[in-house]
Amino acid sequence: MTPLLEVNHISYTYSAGTPFAHKALDDVSFQIHPGEFIGVIGHTGSGKSTLMQHLNGLLKPDEGQILLGGQDIWSDKKFTRACRFRVGLVFQYPEYQLFEETVYADIAFGPKNMGLDENEVDRRVREAAGFVGITEQQLKASPFDLSGGQKRRAAIAGIVAMEPELLILDEPTAGLDPRGREEILDNIQAYRQAKNATIMMVTHSMNDVARLADRLLVMSGSRLVLDGTPEEIFVNAQSLVDMGLDVPEVTRVFLALEKMGLKFPGVYTMEQAVRALTQRKGGGGHA
Amino acid sequence: MLKDITLGQYFPGNSVIHRLDPRTKLILLVAYIAALFIASNFLSYALTLGFLVICIAISKIQPKAFFKGLKPLIVLMCFTGIMNLFFTSGETLLVHFWIINIYLEGLVRAIFMILRLLALICATFLLTYTTSPIALTDALESLLRPLGKIGLPVHELAMIMCIALRFIPTLLEETDKIISAQKARGADFETGSLIQRVKALIPILVPLFISAFRRADELATAMECRCYQGGEGRTKMKQLHYAPLDYGAFGVLALLLAATITLTVFGL
Ligand SMILES: Nc1ncnc2c1ncn2[C@@H]1O[C@H](COP(=O)(O)OP(=O)(O)O)[C@@H](O)[C@H]1O
Ligand SMILES: [Mg+2]
Repeated sequence: MTPLLEVNHISYTYSAGTPFAHKALDDVSFQIHPGEFIGVIGHTGSGKSTLMQHLNGLLKPDEGQILLGGQDIWSDKKFTRACRFRVGLVFQYPEYQLFEETVYADIAFGPKNMGLDENEVDRRVREAAGFVGITEQQLKASPFDLSGGQKRRAAIAGIVAMEPELLILDEPTAGLDPRGREEILDNIQAYRQAKNATIMMVTHSMNDVARLADRLLVMSGSRLVLDGTPEEIFVNAQSLVDMGLDVPEVTRVFLALEKMGLKFPGVYTMEQAVRALTQRKGGGGHA
Repeated sequence: MLKDITLGQYFPGNSVIHRLDPRTKLILLVAYIAALFIASNFLSYALTLGFLVICIAISKIQPKAFFKGLKPLIVLMCFTGIMNLFFTSGETLLVHFWIINIYLEGLVRAIFMILRLLALICATFLLTYTTSPIALTDALESLLRPLGKIGLPVHELAMIMCIALRFIPTLLEETDKIISAQKARGADFETGSLIQRVKALIPILVPLFISAFRRADELATAMECRCYQGGEGRTKMKQLHYAPLDYGAFGVLALLLAATITLTVFGL
């Protein structure tokens, strides 16, 4: 399968040439294939957001290149702008970018910039609103009258409405209450299933990535240090802990069990835990 | 990136200049500017300029920083220079061309004016480069305190200045972020007619204002929670004290002023 997006040895330094220079990305390479759900984890300041802003051409790498469908996204100006629509990036705290008078108009901002006709814009706005559970009533309201979680979902709809080939979400659940978090994650999953979309999500919640992602990228100190399935990554729980990262709660319990002499390899979600335990019980052991 | 603009930027350090009391530096800057305007002949100019160069060397701030700060002011300096060059009349005609007469006196005067401006700006930079904005507002408050007697709300003014300085980098960072977020939605700030470009600013300005007001609100609440109520009876955690170093600096500058006046008066 040809990769959707190819990142080849990119490096990036903020404020280069000043006393405040900071190398935020150091020789990062990976590929994204259609249909994947990639979780990106890493300590605060490890360069996750910087990396995400490279993928849709907001930041230009100092070294290396990024290919979208085989073409360098910086090869010409028009293509760079087109990339912003093909790779949709939902920023951290996206509710702070809302500005229109109605939620409808705000969601329509992206599609309108794409130069679509009115009917198509309308169809996309309604579909995107549907994915994130924004009602007809709310579409007519001012975005500033919505609750925190609703604002966040309206902002996500603004990107979803551009129907990007790759949807990137930078910490979409940061600062929300548990219910708001669940709703957003459910929305993302529903969207993925309906559209067979390719998704990349930055998060601090190991439980969420363990449950949703089928591939994980681990950033540490401006470098991409691990790239693999959640199984491969969480088996190495100790190296994650060394990087100052968490492991899913379930994994922590099973690691403790392992120390006590009970071996259950590759358990990192609640469902897997239940399966592993019932299996052992059914298998005649005394769990 | 917006953040990279030097805006009266402070370069932390530990030189003699850095360690001077901010009030001393403010007073000395005023005295130095006075000396600059008193200076009127070659020797006095050489003395005041040389003094500044030595101060800059002592501060260990890279000359590059000064050049960077001067860049936006080049036009102003050239303008001043050209005005003086063309509109000063004198005795020694250097160039006569159409209606333009350039005299030797004009040339000398233009050079002196440019040097004076240059020294004035660099001296001010030296102050802001070696003094943190907080220390500077503290110094202003302390020096302006006598004006409080005639009803000027000195503490409040200093507090407003301090908060504004504190939030400039935050708001620049925020603006950067909002611009990126709207670009990610295909906002286009670079093409189109003037009206279109002005319109393109709305998606930036609306979120920026909302966030600035939200921050102001939060800050006000936080200050009230800590029972902040203005200047009356308020003491400071960091007290400003003049040290021997400061008296030394005053001495040096008094000498400079005296020397400049002598050189000028006796026309050496
Ligand atoms: N606009 C910027 N200017 C200068 N430095 C920045 C900027 N944005 C981020 N950084 C620095 O780059 C590093 C990586 O930041 P970021 O990509 O936001 O990390 P993460 O998203 O993983 O928390 C941090 O050390 C941060 O301080
Ligand atoms: Mg981040």
